[in-house]
Amino acid sequence: MNWEIIIGLEVHAELSTRSKLFCPCSTAFGGAPNTQVCPVCSGMPGSLPAVNRAAVEYAMRLGLALGCSVAERCKFDRKNYFYPDLPKAYQVSQLYEPICRDGALEICSPSGPKTIGIREIHMEEDAGKLNHNGVTLMDFNRCGVPLLEIVSQPDMRGGAEAVAYLEKLRDTLLYLDICDCKMQEGSIRADVNVSVRRPGEALGTRTEMKNLNSFKAIARAIDYESRRQADILQSGGAITQETRRWDDANGVSYGMRNKENAQDYRYFPEPDLLPLRIDAAWLAAVRESLPEMAHQKRERYMREHGLSAHEAAVLTSHRNVARLYEELCALSSQPVESARLLTGEVMRLCNATGTAAEDLALDAAKLARLVGFVLDGKISRAAYKEVTEAVFTRDADVDAYIAEKGLMMSLRGDEAAEAARLVLAEQPGALADYRAGKQKAFGFLMGQVMRKLGGAGNPALAERALRQALDGSD
Amino acid sequence: MSALELGSAIRRGEAGAAEAVAACIDAAERDNPRYGAFLCLLRERALARAKAVQARIDSGEALSALAGVPVAVKDNISTQGVATTCASAMLERYVPVYDATVITKLEAAGMIVIGKCNMDEFAMGGSSETGAFGPVCNPRRVTHVAGGSSGGSAAAVAARLAPLALGSDTGGSIRQPCAFCGVTGIKPTYGSVSRHGLIAYASSLDQIGPLARDIDDCAALLSVISGPCALDSTCVIDAPFDFSRQRPENLRGTRIGLPRNYLARGIDEDVRAAVAGAAREFEAAGAAVDEFDMPLMDYMVPAYYIIACAEASSNLSRYDGLKYGYKSPAAKTLSDVYRLSRSEGFGLEVKRRIMLGSFVLSSGYYDAYYNKALQIRALIKDAYNKLFERYDMLLSPVAPTAAYALGENIGDPMKMYMGDIYTVSVNLAGLPAAALPCGLSREGLPIGFQLVGDSFSEGKLIAAGRVYQSRTAHHTAACGGDAL
Amino acid sequence: MTIDNKLLGYLEDLSCLALPDGEKSRLGADLQEILSYMAKLAEIDTTGVAARSHPFDNVNAFREDEALPSYERGRILANAPAKSGEAFIAPKTVE
Repeated sequence: MNWEIIIGLEVHAELSTRSKLFCPCSTAFGGAPNTQVCPVCSGMPGSLPAVNRAAVEYAMRLGLALGCSVAERCKFDRKNYFYPDLPKAYQVSQLYEPICRDGALEICSPSGPKTIGIREIHMEEDAGKLNHNGVTLMDFNRCGVPLLEIVSQPDMRGGAEAVAYLEKLRDTLLYLDICDCKMQEGSIRADVNVSVRRPGEALGTRTEMKNLNSFKAIARAIDYESRRQADILQSGGAITQETRRWDDANGVSYGMRNKENAQDYRYFPEPDLLPLRIDAAWLAAVRESLPEMAHQKRERYMREHGLSAHEAAVLTSHRNVARLYEELCALSSQPVESARLLTGEVMRLCNATGTAAEDLALDAAKLARLVGFVLDGKISRAAYKEVTEAVFTRDADVDAYIAEKGLMMSLRGDEAAEAARLVLAEQPGALADYRAGKQKAFGFLMGQVMRKLGGAGNPALAERALRQALDGSD
Repeated sequence: MSALELGSAIRRGEAGAAEAVAACIDAAERDNPRYGAFLCLLRERALARAKAVQARIDSGEALSALAGVPVAVKDNISTQGVATTCASAMLERYVPVYDATVITKLEAAGMIVIGKCNMDEFAMGGSSETGAFGPVCNPRRVTHVAGGSSGGSAAAVAARLAPLALGSDTGGSIRQPCAFCGVTGIKPTYGSVSRHGLIAYASSLDQIGPLARDIDDCAALLSVISGPCALDSTCVIDAPFDFSRQRPENLRGTRIGLPRNYLARGIDEDVRAAVAGAAREFEAAGAAVDEFDMPLMDYMVPAYYIIACAEASSNLSRYDGLKYGYKSPAAKTLSDVYRLSRSEGFGLEVKRRIMLGSFVLSSGYYDAYYNKALQIRALIKDAYNKLFERYDMLLSPVAPTAAYALGENIGDPMKMYMGDIYTVSVNLAGLPAAALPCGLSREGLPIGFQLVGDSFSEGKLIAAGRVYQSRTAHHTAACGGDAL
Repeated sequence: MTIDNKLLGYLEDLSCLALPDGEKSRLGADLQEILSYMAKLAEIDTTGVAARSHPFDNVNAFREDEALPSYERGRILANAPAKSGEAFIAPKTVE
């Protein structure tokens, strides 16, 4: 019998503000342990938090982009528990009054477009990092980095939809420029709620899986967990509501100790912070400042640049590609050729080398120079591809590469014209053959012109010059 | 000499900052063993700073009315490089790496911190007996408590060991020791003095305030420490207080409410009589005194203890033996480090309040206790708002009794908590209150009253206090030494 | 409201304390008395009353998003009972 898999996701996104949520320490990733720490984020006695306005505005941005209602009033709460990565022994979060509720995200699921509900978005502070080495070393650099927790409705039906949701959410965060979404640095993390049921039945008991560090791990964990639950139910058992840890190396999840499950966090309103009031004017100002989102870019590229729907879709599939395209357009003033280059050769290179769009780091200025060369007839299409690849694979210097490989074609029309004039003077026989209607003679004359241009000639220019010379010698 | 007189003498060159500091520290070294008012004295540091301040004064720099004046600071206010223990074994060796905003402000005004004052452990108590380093004894009678939790601050001022002191008031912790020791103090409006660097007991109630021999000195010190602070989001005041113009001749037109039910039951007869006497004095000074019944009187103490303990249980969770403070030498595992360090590092009263706070926030009890207390708090605030439509200020006792004997009540937490009946609602509503001496009990122990005003009406309270103290001498009674 | 040993042990866990037996029974009795007294609040009908967690109604205190130099690490670690040159040390957290 069929089991329907029900997935809800809780995604934590670290915001790319300059400073932490409650203190002015830097949020930069990768600093030496405890070098981005002050009395506030290390929980020293007597220290007090002060809210970073930008973090609130980033939350508002995401709420607006996901069509949420942004609360006119919200507040922070303390979540109390003891753990060495939490220096105050409470995490400042939002339980009772989150900043955003009730939004939606349109995803491209394997079975077509689908709307996934967003239950709420709330702000909270990140915890520190524990390094294990016989003892536990406590590093508070990440403590207090602002996070948004984005809680979906249980609207996904399997691992593929969950991954599609995550990809779309990641793109949205990137477009909004509020999170760098580097999974390997932990700047986006997901907890997955999984349950299974017979189609049409009420929701079953769910388990929550933590420690999921890649989209692939998420898909595998969902697959494993849904099968585990189905097996239990199939054999007449019952699912225990619990938190489970995913072990990606061994491809299994296991229940965490009971103690970690039976938490009583004693949430209560954070007395050290004032509530937030978001009035219509503030919300409107943030709405006004929202960057252009993917679907808006897509329409604009088609409308203003005359791109095809396919090209526009490829260019907006990732914030990074759209940004490269727009830089390239600005530098080259050639939107159509820019789009053709990125959707064609560059995408081919990405696929061939397994380069993810988020890792794409091409120098738009170099590409713009290449676009200029090819459109001006200075390099051939074949050379264009070759140099693009060199730029893609090793960030080659465009001019140096072209010079070194001798790819620059004869640049000046008058050089070609001079060559054509000389050839006609030197080859009266071939000229006569041509005049007599022998087409082969034209090919011979072209070869002679190109030879005179020393291999750096532009065939198109040479042909034009030869035809003009022939016309003129009538 | 009052603190302002001393400041003025220093400015005129008739007294020296270093001499003033040395005199206080000499007296404290001599007398502190009797009172336990100070946990530490900072002779070298204070003298060095006094010399630096003196040089600035001598060069004609205008620092403040209190430049060069010594001040004692409660030991829950962080002082960079100087142990700040909260009178707890947990923080016995804790040395802050930053200064509280009030310390920065004191020093900018040219004032000299001479020592850190004893208190109830983490400010939890009303008798300064719960500290880990011994009780504070009342300078009026050393067999009696000094009150708490700012007992060391009040005793230091009463015993003339310091002209001024800073305390903190969460449920009466400035006012009640002032009343017990016969000195004057102000619990400022919540949000008028920065809490940055004040080691938290209950964040939504704590407020730092001044203690001194008279209201004038308190006003001067409050002017120095008040004002906005970017490091405390709840410090909502726009600008530091300026009380220079609050000097009326009389109190004609001032409407004072006297809560009848505060004086009706559960109050010592001497206290009732002294407070009634103060009310008559205000009438004689031109004020209109009118009796009323304070609403919700029986619900103030429970609401206060629920909220204060809830916040405390969370605020004190950071003491875990890992980052600072006491770590149990017996601890091996992480769980041991947490549990043993906390069990051995905290005293009984602190643990009692942490357990209470954990209970009222725990799942299943949150609504009936914590949330209910927040609702009662809203009703109390509303009740005060209504009262301040009718009255400029309220006059009431500070505590139901004068100071009691050391050890007399410490074993009975309920009795101790009930001693806060007149003070806690002021903190729940975030209001300012000034405590002033108004007489002695039959046993010769000081009695105080408080004036409670609407938010940010400190100026009115200080004006009234100035008029009262200009007409009475209760605040000038010789303090130092055992009265017997 | 009865504070039995189970509840007392639970509160001890939540509070991260390990009370000696004498203290435990003493605090149990104290809590029983105090909480019985606090139950008085149920006498007041607070239906529809908004909970007040601050003494005032102010909102929106913000800091602008500016990163400032952090504290020197030695100061951050100065009070740590156990530390390496760069971190606080806890007994291992994973078995």
